Amino acid sequence: MGTTHVTSPPHGHAAHAAHHEDLSFWRRYVFSTDHKVIGIQYAITALLFLFFGFTLMMLMRWQLAFPNQPIPLIGGLLGASRAPGGTMLPTFYNELGAMHGTIMVFLGIVPLAVGGFGNFVLPLQIGAPDMSFPRLNMASYWFFFLGGVTMLLSFFAPGGAAQSGWTSYSPLANIAPTGQTVWILGMIFLITSSLLGAINFITTTIQLRAKGLTFFRFPFFVWAQFVTAFLLLLAFPPLEAAAVLQLMDRVAGTSFFLPSGLVVSGQALAVSGGGNPLLWQHLFWFLAHPEVYVLILPAMGIVAEVIANNTRKPLWGYRPMVYSLIFLGFMSFVVWAHHMFMTGMGTTMAAFFQTTTMIISIPSVVILTSLIISLWGGSIRFNTPMLFALAFLPMFGIGGLTGLPLGLNITDIPLHDTYYVIAHFHYVVAPGTIFAMFAGVYYWYPKVTGRAMSERLGKLHFWPSFLFMNLIFMPMFFAGMAGLSRRLADGGASYLFSPEVLHYNKLSSFGAWGLALAQIPFIVNFFWSRKHGKPTEANAWHATTLEWSAAPSPPPHGNFAEPPVVYRGPYEYSVPGATKDYTPQNQGVVS
Amino acid sequence: MEIPYTVEPRPDTGLTSGKIGIWLFLASEVMLFGALFATYILLRVGAVEWPHGAHYLNIPLATLNTIFLISSSVTMVMAWYSLKTDAFGKFRLYLGATILFGFAFLVVKYFEYSAKFHHGYYPKTNTFLAIYFTMTGLHMLHVIGGMAVNAYLWGPGSKLWKTDKEHFANRVENSGLFWHFVDLVWIFLFPVLYLL
Amino acid sequence: MSDAHSAEDLKKHVRAYILVFVSLMVLTVVTVAVYYVHLPVPAAIGVALLIASVKGSLVACYFMHLISEKKLILWVMLLTVAFFVVLLLVPTFTAVDKIGP
Repeated sequence: MGTTHVTSPPHGHAAHAAHHEDLSFWRRYVFSTDHKVIGIQYAITALLFLFFGFTLMMLMRWQLAFPNQPIPLIGGLLGASRAPGGTMLPTFYNELGAMHGTIMVFLGIVPLAVGGFGNFVLPLQIGAPDMSFPRLNMASYWFFFLGGVTMLLSFFAPGGAAQSGWTSYSPLANIAPTGQTVWILGMIFLITSSLLGAINFITTTIQLRAKGLTFFRFPFFVWAQFVTAFLLLLAFPPLEAAAVLQLMDRVAGTSFFLPSGLVVSGQALAVSGGGNPLLWQHLFWFLAHPEVYVLILPAMGIVAEVIANNTRKPLWGYRPMVYSLIFLGFMSFVVWAHHMFMTGMGTTMAAFFQTTTMIISIPSVVILTSLIISLWGGSIRFNTPMLFALAFLPMFGIGGLTGLPLGLNITDIPLHDTYYVIAHFHYVVAPGTIFAMFAGVYYWYPKVTGRAMSERLGKLHFWPSFLFMNLIFMPMFFAGMAGLSRRLADGGASYLFSPEVLHYNKLSSFGAWGLALAQIPFIVNFFWSRKHGKPTEANAWHATTLEWSAAPSPPPHGNFAEPPVVYRGPYEYSVPGATKDYTPQNQGVVS
Repeated sequence: MEIPYTVEPRPDTGLTSGKIGIWLFLASEVMLFGALFATYILLRVGAVEWPHGAHYLNIPLATLNTIFLISSSVTMVMAWYSLKTDAFGKFRLYLGATILFGFAFLVVKYFEYSAKFHHGYYPKTNTFLAIYFTMTGLHMLHVIGGMAVNAYLWGPGSKLWKTDKEHFANRVENSGLFWHFVDLVWIFLFPVLYLL
Repeated sequence: MSDAHSAEDLKKHVRAYILVFVSLMVLTVVTVAVYYVHLPVPAAIGVALLIASVKGSLVACYFMHLISEKKLILWVMLLTVAFFVVLLLVPTFTAVDKIGP
């Protein structure tokens, strides 16, 4: 490993590790302040929520493929208020849709990408013993957990869970059943969790990086998490404010989002009126647009690490990639109303948002292109993490490119709120981000457990997943271009024009169920390898970054025997004159 | 374990982690209140008619509250200054005064709110009152939060002064930053809600 | 500023705190006095926000020590204020620039 050597026994660490052993089971594994334990807690909780959110969608996919037919096997279990005779009611479909989106975004991806991978890997990659604020870190996890429980409990509220889309637009969300109020409370917990986490990540990155680790020696993953943390810090509070306002509307009878003269089911609403539904949309999308970059940036970070490591060469264009990250983060705050082109916006503001949206595609393209060029001349190892990372590239490419017509307001007119939009964002998040998450799990599993996951099961997971992801989402582009609206409980069965696109629903549904089956090898692998996977060396992938080169696998409490010292950049692979094809960051002299 | 730079600043940044942390938190609070100010602007611009603050609100009382908060800000910074000059007794006096000014603010707010309710003015009455109650209510929660932290630092938390003076002074400074921010928000809230 | 201060440095601080306190009180009186002049609404808004900005800057620069704080903190807050202004103005611009009545 490194040339830094220990001449005296590690003073603080061993003593502290001994103290750490004295802690009870609860303090070591449940209420731990160790970033690694917290990271694992986040990751496992998030993976469970991802599978649950996926299950909700699989139910919806039955209704979409076979509208108004009873759901086999479990239809009878859903209860008469949701699925009388096993046939899904439209209100239940809406519940599933709203909660699928909420759970996947806020309880699945962000906690896994940021809470899970960010927490576990970031301190290790910067050579830190832990986060700057370990107790705050623990609090962040428990706020997330509380938010998750709240969201799950909302299914038991009278009238059902939130059912006005994950976007909770007013005035519909104002008059929706009690589950919407519970959703708001859940969001407040989740936002608090993210804010506390963001403060921790930014402070830790600035303050606890190792000696010699300047900003432009950071692994790209660290930069990605750093920018993401700023997005969370500054974009979430307006949604928290909006949530409070919607709560006031629902519970205190205010009219922040209720216009005057609103009539519901033939009755005028007894409120003061004077509010503005678009206010909700502005405040929501002010968060939700940066939120999509929160979903993708950590993924790009993971893909960058895996690609550099498995091509045995430095990333091409590291500096432009970093500047692109920063520019992207900044621009993400000024594009949000491209989600609102159809709200009666005038040409001046439409032109403004359209322009900023086109500009923001540039840094995305720089990052993707740099990752692709990084493959050129590489000595590529096609292991499972690399397969997922490679697949990310064209999948994110499709997702990103198909966003362009949505960002231009003229072409958005026929495409807005159709299945085209669903296809666009799922390509970015599903075979995009989620594939990157899988790459991260396979890549860092040996660091967390000291054992490798099975390559055979990994490939059995990858190939069908890749196939089924495309089977689910590719047809949706064409359905959307043909005019099929999203959020229809019968999948468009009652539209006169739709027969030729309706059969696409069946393709997507079979794809979804196939994708579910394709996850079985992953689940088996994940649990089996814990005890039966092949033990690996500390630097299992012969990587250059500190989490691999300076810490054992798994790392002990405190991470490093001695604080590492950094002498070089993050991707010094295949350095001319070196005997090894990798020169770790903490290695002083090339050997 | 000892997390570095909790008490002593990191040499190249010149900052302690707690100071960075509190400023980042304040940045998020700027965006939180920003959303509410944006709400105020959008609702007022879109309103058919918008009442003068004086129609519903008591300007002399709010001016008094402004004076209370500004005074509490200066006593807060003097509390920190006292610690830096090793005058623990003065620290207690100044921080105590800060907490009392905060309490006075809350008392005035109690009278303001109960007068409104007495007249039948509630958040649901119209959007002006809705945004008034929401903004001042959220601000008030922040006043209470700040007072709670200050009370802790005045009371049980002050034990840290005996063992680690610099650490304690940093905590007081960071709490002060939060308290000044609460004052800053009111400096904008007062004219916007009451005078325009 | 948690590093060591000299005695003179600290004395200068107290002078600044007192001056700022007095300025804030005076400006508060001015704010309320201007109100009683009953300017037309746009002017009233402009004046009120201007005075509030001056007061806020004094609190930020001197009570919160931003004027002598490390650049990192200043830049983070300036970035935040930029986004704050965007959030404040753009929704209203969008509402005003709309199609139809």
